[in-house]
Amino acid sequence: MTPPDAVRTVGLTKRFGSHAAVDGIDLVVPAGSVYGFLGPNGSGKTTTIRMLLGLITPTHGEIELLGHPVPSRVVDALPRVGALVEGPAFHPYLSGIDNLRRLDAADRTADPATSGRRLGEALDRVGLAAAAGKRYRAYSLGMRQRLAIAAALLTPKDLMVLDEPTNGLDPQGTREVRSLIASLADDGTTVLVSSHLLSEVEQVCTHIGVMHVGRLVTQGSAAEIRRQQEAEAWVDTDQPEQAARVMRELGLSDVRITPHGAVGRLGEVAPEKVVTACVHAGLAVTRFVVDAPTLEEIFVGLTGEGFDVSG
Amino acid sequence: MSAADLTTPVPRVAMRRPSPRFLASELRLVLRRRRNMAGLVVLAAVPIFIAVAVKSTASQPGSDAPAFFQSITENGLFVSLAALTIELGLFLPLAVAAISGDAIAGEANLGTLRYLLTVPVARLRLLGIKYAAIVIFSFLATFLIAIVGMAIGLILFGGGDVTTLSGTQISFAAGLGRVALAAVYLSLALASLGAVGLFISTLTEQPIAATIATVVFSTASFILDSIPQVHWLHPYLLTHHWMSFGDLLRAPIAWDGVVHGLYLAASYGLVFFLAAWARFAGKDVTS
Repeated sequence: MTPPDAVRTVGLTKRFGSHAAVDGIDLVVPAGSVYGFLGPNGSGKTTTIRMLLGLITPTHGEIELLGHPVPSRVVDALPRVGALVEGPAFHPYLSGIDNLRRLDAADRTADPATSGRRLGEALDRVGLAAAAGKRYRAYSLGMRQRLAIAAALLTPKDLMVLDEPTNGLDPQGTREVRSLIASLADDGTTVLVSSHLLSEVEQVCTHIGVMHVGRLVTQGSAAEIRRQQEAEAWVDTDQPEQAARVMRELGLSDVRITPHGAVGRLGEVAPEKVVTACVHAGLAVTRFVVDAPTLEEIFVGLTGEGFDVSG
Repeated sequence: MSAADLTTPVPRVAMRRPSPRFLASELRLVLRRRRNMAGLVVLAAVPIFIAVAVKSTASQPGSDAPAFFQSITENGLFVSLAALTIELGLFLPLAVAAISGDAIAGEANLGTLRYLLTVPVARLRLLGIKYAAIVIFSFLATFLIAIVGMAIGLILFGGGDVTTLSGTQISFAAGLGRVALAAVYLSLALASLGAVGLFISTLTEQPIAATIATVVFSTASFILDSIPQVHWLHPYLLTHHWMSFGDLLRAPIAWDGVVHGLYLAASYGLVFFLAAWARFAGKDVTS
């Protein structure tokens, strides 16, 4: 039997007035996966995450978090879920470690006897041990982000929900978060990480879901997503019209003339057949490239590239 | 794989026994905050100011002075009661409003509310802990005034047998008991205002707005209580029986007002705590 999914939603919808921030999404985060939850700012990622954690009530739809229905039994699931939601938030006049103590004291599942050790380990893991006694208000944005991750690591978790964990971090901090995600995944923790920057999470994700204007426009394993987008064959020649005609005859779709030749989607056609056919037609082929789109290109294709905030 | 494994794919995490850790943490948070410490210092300064002012004028307060003031020079215990009378109008309600208005709205404003709820802290438990801290603070503030007042009163005016408001004498120990009773009564009265503040605190993400609204509530209650044309409303006003604590200094004690006051406090406390729960249980936390 495969282990149950860490997160499963059916038709999950959240309306604020007449505006649907999240519109009927069926999210599936398999246990043990690192799920990259992608989408531009305002596409509904954070609203979805808030619903998963029971902070806001869905307008429609169902949620299962670690096998427990949400929001009715969310309290049973949350002890095994670590969460970073929409940036860090702590009491400014308490020190970093006092803020963690408060959260640990609030946790009925946490053992008070091991509190000191667990706090120390969590601070060590995010590299904040030296600044533990400083007031939170004196922390830089990067330190605040690290403290929030430490807070999520106070007890062992089956699922980590990290909403934009690299916001405000420098490149070094971003790399550290990536390696932290990798080490969590090695321990068997499922990770749901949201980002508006694919490049920040692409390397560590086994699964990807892309949000756009409140809808989940694609979802699956990283390999599946790559396969969805067909490869294109680029033929460079001095007779572009001829090349395009040959490619259409072969059954390539979406054939276009380029400055140096022609390009078309391969579909089921084997790439080598294109070259052979072109040569048989008497064309001088100067360059032949089969181009599979990168995840970044797929992402941009799905969500657009402008600066407009969606929704 | 047995059937049991299939039906319970994820084991429930065992809850530990109820522990005072979260309440202790909440109290530390309230009491270590500089703003609240300053508030307590102001509350404690009032009886000192009253005692020193009466002592330095070296004369009996006039007959138009507020209740208990005439008795201060006879017995230091009355400094406590005079200070409580003075502070009951604004300072004490303001202190309770500051704590209770901050309870939920303050956490929502900082964003710490979403992290407490995902720890997880069940919403009813969070309200319960917050209200417990408000009640404890009400007792702390009231007893602080009573004890400081008593200390400075005994130093400047001495103790001895207490002349009750009815004119009879009771022993100093009995008088001390009466003052303690009065402080308990006022603590409970203020705790009921704290429930109102807790409810208002669930309505907004602005703690200052919740605090102001709570003070407006108690002040409006005082004002309505002084308008004879709405006398039909008076028995239902939260503050209507607050000043009845003076009846505890009569011999024998006139319990009527105090008992009504306790019923009223319990009713307001219950109704507004339930209202806070009704509001907070399904509220979308978007801060």
